[in-house]
Amino acid sequence: MSDVTFYIIETIIKASLVVLILSAIAGFTTYFERKVLAFMQRRKGPMHVGPHGLLQIAADGIKLFTKEDIVPAQSIKPIFKIAPIITAATAFIAMAAVPFFPPFELFGRTIHPIVADVNVGILFVLGVGAVGLYGPLLAGMASNNKWGMLGAARTTVQFVSYEVVSGLSILAPIMIVGSLSLVEMNNYQSGGLLSWLIFKQPIAFLLFLIAGYAETNRTPFDLLEHEAEIINGYGTEYSGMRWGMFFIGEYANMFTVAFLVSLVFLGGWNDFYFIPGAIAIILKVLFLMFLFLWTRAAWPHIRPDQIMWMMWKVLMPLAIVNIFITGLVIL
Amino acid sequence: MQQPNKLRPFYENVAFERDDNTMIINFGPNHPSAHGQLNLLLELQGEKVIKATPRVGYLHRGMEKMAENMIYNEYMPTTDRMDYIASTANNYAFALAVEKLIDVEAPRRAQAIRLVLVELNRLMSHIFWLAVHALDVGAMSIMLYCFREREYIMDLMEDYCGARLTHSAIRIGGVPLDFTPEWIEKLLALLETIPAQIDMWEKILTTNRIWRMRLEDVGNLPKEMAYSWGCSGPMLRGSGIKWDIRKEQPYELYSEIDFDVPIAQTCDSYGRYKVFLEEMRQTIKIIKQGVAIYKTTDSKLMADAPEFISASKEDLMTQNYSLMQHFVLVTQGMRPPKGEVYVPTESPKGELGFYIVSEGEAYPHRLKVRSPSFYHTGILQDWLVGENLADIVTIIGSSNTVFGEVDR
Repeated sequence: MSDVTFYIIETIIKASLVVLILSAIAGFTTYFERKVLAFMQRRKGPMHVGPHGLLQIAADGIKLFTKEDIVPAQSIKPIFKIAPIITAATAFIAMAAVPFFPPFELFGRTIHPIVADVNVGILFVLGVGAVGLYGPLLAGMASNNKWGMLGAARTTVQFVSYEVVSGLSILAPIMIVGSLSLVEMNNYQSGGLLSWLIFKQPIAFLLFLIAGYAETNRTPFDLLEHEAEIINGYGTEYSGMRWGMFFIGEYANMFTVAFLVSLVFLGGWNDFYFIPGAIAIILKVLFLMFLFLWTRAAWPHIRPDQIMWMMWKVLMPLAIVNIFITGLVIL
Repeated sequence: MQQPNKLRPFYENVAFERDDNTMIINFGPNHPSAHGQLNLLLELQGEKVIKATPRVGYLHRGMEKMAENMIYNEYMPTTDRMDYIASTANNYAFALAVEKLIDVEAPRRAQAIRLVLVELNRLMSHIFWLAVHALDVGAMSIMLYCFREREYIMDLMEDYCGARLTHSAIRIGGVPLDFTPEWIEKLLALLETIPAQIDMWEKILTTNRIWRMRLEDVGNLPKEMAYSWGCSGPMLRGSGIKWDIRKEQPYELYSEIDFDVPIAQTCDSYGRYKVFLEEMRQTIKIIKQGVAIYKTTDSKLMADAPEFISASKEDLMTQNYSLMQHFVLVTQGMRPPKGEVYVPTESPKGELGFYIVSEGEAYPHRLKVRSPSFYHTGILQDWLVGENLADIVTIIGSSNTVFGEVDR
């Protein structure tokens, strides 16, 4: 087998594994989320389908697939149908440049668990993530519903705001490492706990994490689809699996953000004392996911004008100051 | 903008209004935070409200008219369905009005029981308010934390009267049932645990920056506005007006009870939130005093007025005339003297009063309910203008309206 054939086969296998495993994990995360929320709220969560409600995911999946697919008569149908695919697809495409685990040997060859090792990994992930904004935006605009419209407007407000912060905040670590590749980022932090970038760039870490919450539209920035205000925002007219695609996209995005944060700031998949790298990064990602859920259980959420105020007037100046200071130190 | 008239009624246009760029949106009656059945017609510029028209009636059951075809005792369960979050408060207001009409006073033990029940309902209602208000603002866990305590109180009510939501726990002239010693023990044990829970809710919310961002300076209700729109209860007290009917015109045992009326000077949703929390604490204090009074009373539960209220079982079984009166009362109902009466009470939501006109018949000639939520809904059209869409939910939440009471 020539190297090219192997490369093609390897990439196809890796790509399908990423999609399959991550959609399964996204499903499982809903279960995880419901259980974590339940235990924080003194209740049990799903308990009836299967032992401890484990089969709830399957039940939900069946429900979503068998539900009637409603496309409103007055909507712009092609766009209405494409929008959820954009959200789900971009969420998975973004993962192409994420190195999930350390390289390992298989069949005498070194396998890199990354679909495409581009040398501008961070840019790629952030860029594709930004394209993901078209999902909710188009969904809201196309569904001919005023709540959807408001949801779409909020999407733009929120995404424009957080993009600035996430882009600027990650500049400082990039300056320190001197590369845009996520693998390089990871290798930079191979010197144990103290070489983690979180200790060199605590502000950038916080800013990027906050922006990540906004990107995945989790509490306290879940204003795209906060039921109490705008019904379900852009998703108001969606039902069945179309709605489910938004859901999968959202959870896949959460994983992307969690992987990004752990790769850039938390030492990535380097061995952590006695913990092998692969397990270390899973633990880090799980911790970040838990943080997402914890926030959701604990906090109210803020208003669109407040998110603008916070992103543009508080976080963006902080990020710029952070870049300047980093630049001075490097000089 | 549409000009609705009889031939062309208002319809929700889905397209934008091109001429002035405002969007007209139907908030409710099926909106998740429309608190029952409120329909708000909002005119939005972006997310800013430039005109709000509350439209009520989606839960209208014609209760005031129903009263004209019911004997007085028959109407009691209907009052449950008004403010269904604290239904004993409605029973109480109705019973007080009829009692004033027939000039009867409930025995002291019945008064103590009523005091405990009504205040328990106030506690339940306030806890429910915090739960749904926090949920509206997005703090999801608070709702479940609050609901557990509310559930315990509902269990207590169920132990007492058999119903959890529609209690009908009060009769004209007294109360039907006595407390059992075990019930009082349970009540006191529960009251010991609730303040710790209130402290916990406060810890989660009061200093939470997001909570404060969402509530402070949102839904400003200046004093004059609160006066002129006929606000009452926590709405008025949240605007810095110290007005509580339990203090101003004490009825039954309230003149003997020692409690504070919390007010907030900030006039915003945050102030009202603090008033509500403080009222929960005061309510617990009142219930404890009510139990203390209860323990000093003798066992009489119903007033002694055989002309209007059935005599005791003992009399019915021994005295022929009592039995005859009882028969008439059950089949035809009591006939209060001619006259009209209005008795205000402080329900959890504000001033709740029943206005009854009697023509000496067994049926009220006219019955009018002054329900606080109705006034708090009317104010929305002035109050919401200039606010954000996201804040509307907060504001409606902090006004604590229940639509069973608005539409009746």
